[in-house]
Amino acid sequence: MRASVRSGKSPPGVTGRRGLAFGLYATAALMAVMAAVITPLSAYSLNLLMQAATYAIAVLGLTIVLGYTGQINLAQAAFFGIGAYGVALGTTAFGLSFLGALAIGVVLAAGAGAVLGLTSLRLGGHYLAMVTISFQTILTLVLTNWVAFTRGPDGVPNIRRPALLAESGPYLGLCIAALFAVAWFVWWLKTTKLGRAMQAVRDNELAANVIGVDAYATKVAAFTLSAVLGGFGGALFAGGFTYVSPDQFSFAESVVFLTMVLLGGAAAPAGAVLGTGLLILLPEWLRFLKVIYLAVYGGAVILIMIFMPDGIWGYAMTRWRRLRPARPIDPGIIAPLALTRETARADNSVILSVHGLSKHFGGLKAVDAVDLTIHRNTVHALIGPNGSGKTTLLNVLNGIVRPTAGSIALDGVDITRLPPHRRARHGLGRSFQNIRLFGAMSVLDNVIVAAERPRPLPALPRLRARAGRGDGGLECHALGALDFVGIAARAGAQVGSLSYGHQRLVEIARALAGSPKLLFLDEPGAGLNHVEKDELVRLLTRLKGHGLTILIIDHDMAMVERVADHITVLNFGKRIADGTPAEVLRHTDVIAAYLGEERPALSRSYGAS
Amino acid sequence: MGFNLQLLFTGIGVGSIYALVALGFALIYRATNVVNFAQGDFAMLGAFAMVVLAIDLELPYWLSILITLALMVGFGALFNLAVYYPLRNRSFLPVIISTIGASILLENGVLAAYGPRPQSLDSIFAVPGFSVGDVFFDSQYIVILVVAVVMVVVQYLFFERTLTGKKMQATSQDKEMASLLGIPVIWMIMLTFMYSAMLGGLAGILVAPVLFVTVGMGSSIALKAFAASIIGGFGDVTGAIVGGLALGVIETFGAAYVSVPYKDAFAFLVLFGFLLVRPQGIFGERISEKA
Repeated sequence: MRASVRSGKSPPGVTGRRGLAFGLYATAALMAVMAAVITPLSAYSLNLLMQAATYAIAVLGLTIVLGYTGQINLAQAAFFGIGAYGVALGTTAFGLSFLGALAIGVVLAAGAGAVLGLTSLRLGGHYLAMVTISFQTILTLVLTNWVAFTRGPDGVPNIRRPALLAESGPYLGLCIAALFAVAWFVWWLKTTKLGRAMQAVRDNELAANVIGVDAYATKVAAFTLSAVLGGFGGALFAGGFTYVSPDQFSFAESVVFLTMVLLGGAAAPAGAVLGTGLLILLPEWLRFLKVIYLAVYGGAVILIMIFMPDGIWGYAMTRWRRLRPARPIDPGIIAPLALTRETARADNSVILSVHGLSKHFGGLKAVDAVDLTIHRNTVHALIGPNGSGKTTLLNVLNGIVRPTAGSIALDGVDITRLPPHRRARHGLGRSFQNIRLFGAMSVLDNVIVAAERPRPLPALPRLRARAGRGDGGLECHALGALDFVGIAARAGAQVGSLSYGHQRLVEIARALAGSPKLLFLDEPGAGLNHVEKDELVRLLTRLKGHGLTILIIDHDMAMVERVADHITVLNFGKRIADGTPAEVLRHTDVIAAYLGEERPALSRSYGAS
Repeated sequence: MGFNLQLLFTGIGVGSIYALVALGFALIYRATNVVNFAQGDFAMLGAFAMVVLAIDLELPYWLSILITLALMVGFGALFNLAVYYPLRNRSFLPVIISTIGASILLENGVLAAYGPRPQSLDSIFAVPGFSVGDVFFDSQYIVILVVAVVMVVVQYLFFERTLTGKKMQATSQDKEMASLLGIPVIWMIMLTFMYSAMLGGLAGILVAPVLFVTVGMGSSIALKAFAASIIGGFGDVTGAIVGGLALGVIETFGAAYVSVPYKDAFAFLVLFGFLLVRPQGIFGERISEKA
């Protein structure tokens, strides 16, 4: 068993469990479909179930965009409507087959979603809310007013179903089969590379970018997928009811979709299905509420947000997890970390070369014409008083902030204009001053997100052999990174439950898992006690021994002196000293910058050593 | 020529409504960093309060205005306690969703209480307006414009010249730091909601005579006002006014020369254009996250 793990496959136990789960799920799906086909249901029940199944598919789209990726979409009814009108007009006005019309509807929804996402997802937040509401409004206007094409407020009657499923029972069977398939897809998506990227973006977009996730592309993908599911649900809905009209796809319906996913729980597909079922059935049970029904709806949204932010399913799962401790990690599956592919290069050549780098915020010169040269296999410290521009410089090097002037070359490649995630692929790693982990993910998943984005370099046969291509290999590699910093035992824990010191270590492990050649550490020692600091120093020394080059910012001079081979000092955004620790820490300008000048009247020229 | 001038005036009149509501957005955004999707419903509530007080209860118009404004101040406090305050330490998404929930609750609550029939409210002025050449100047639009400009000046002076205004700005930028500096953050947020609800109510009082009073009036104005805020530059007071006026004019000319049924689409098309070319708006600045 151990041997098979080492060769990079999932442990057989896990595979077996998954296979069993899938078998049970498929059986349940088959039985549900059979039941729908065989059971004689009243027209009323059929309609209710058809609505529930098709709505649930659209709501599963919201699970992807809102639950996994943390982006708001207030136009799901619009995408639902595009799919529905695709089938409605396709099978009537254009005489297409049901499948052809369905395909067109879904493609149109996908196109609309992609365009909307591409134009607005760089902005995020309330802009996205506004853009989706606008789109929803415009679509409703078009459906109502373009009478020649959409038939206006009267709607489209006599929509055709596929010939084999013309009866309501079998058609309901189709809807239920589709729902089971989509729910499985959405569940599976969460465990894929894209799914993990989505969650990383949701939990901390900046950190996701820095470890190599293209956050923008990930968000566009999520939004488009969500639109596809919206369109698919709508297309099935149109076939189910054989009549559509614009008011079925209004903004109010988008809000209903949103409420469904929030009530059930946005983080898991089961929540979406649960929420949809409840909110379709509730109106039937709550008929006595009549006019105030929607008001109760609105009130419920507020109450859910306040008291049950993870929805019913999320709440239940949290309870369940408390009863059941996390699966312990089998030490046998930890792969020794192949830290960098540069161990062979024991040379001292230049790895990062920065010329005249400036970043001005209005009149403030946060970084002012800084030159910086970092040599391979060294620990290079960047120090300076608070507000001297250290973190800003790091942000410019990382690509989070665009420089006003200057150039950055990594291993001779000009990276000045590259976005952060591309720089990560060129071999930059980073930890943050204020911890930026993916809070809702497990420790292991935090590291896997970085581990599955290795640099595209030719020299990695050893790593590839170990890591394999499957999840199991990735898991081993990620565990290796956690083991390197000494916290592999906590891999299964939610990252939020870790102590501060351990969270810092997870950040470092996450950076290491991306196999960087140059690692930026922004105040890794901040907030650590003496014991933890000693461990940190040992860790840094070990990293250097493995051929990693490190740029470290810290205020603890004793620590800097112990680990640094080279020190650069910044003050007011300018480089005021550069050299070995012995030279720099005795430099008069540096002492002046930290302790103030003995005689302020005496002016000194700022010359670097 | 006269026709175009008339359109221009009407556009500015409509635009000043958007500007007034956009000011409320800007205010709450500056104080809490949150977008209040129920801002338009504040206006709707104000308008309905006027209908109840001035028509149903036959109170004097001026007294109805005062009572409405006082009620709105109280409502702002309630709104804060029920919708925003419990979520103040969470990310923007739950807060946005909560305000959307509040919007649905308010609109359907009023609908249940008052029914769907549109109400109308007379203007406080006996004279409907005056004509210069071919152009008719509606007195209610002139009042709206004047009030909008006055509120901009007041808001500007408040934020830039008073200590309370600066405390509110500090609260918006960093709640934790502000409270460490001894700023009563909870009170600042409470004040913001009270004032912005009053501002919303004022907008409702002013627009009620030119529009029908319906439960949906607020959200349709608010969407435009929101678009106006983005076009002007989010959170920027001048931007809210300029964006609002520009949108009103574009919409009026669009309806006159392009298409009446698609009147509501123009605002959003302009918005898309801005988001593509200049997402920070006319007066806005890009703010990046601290690493």
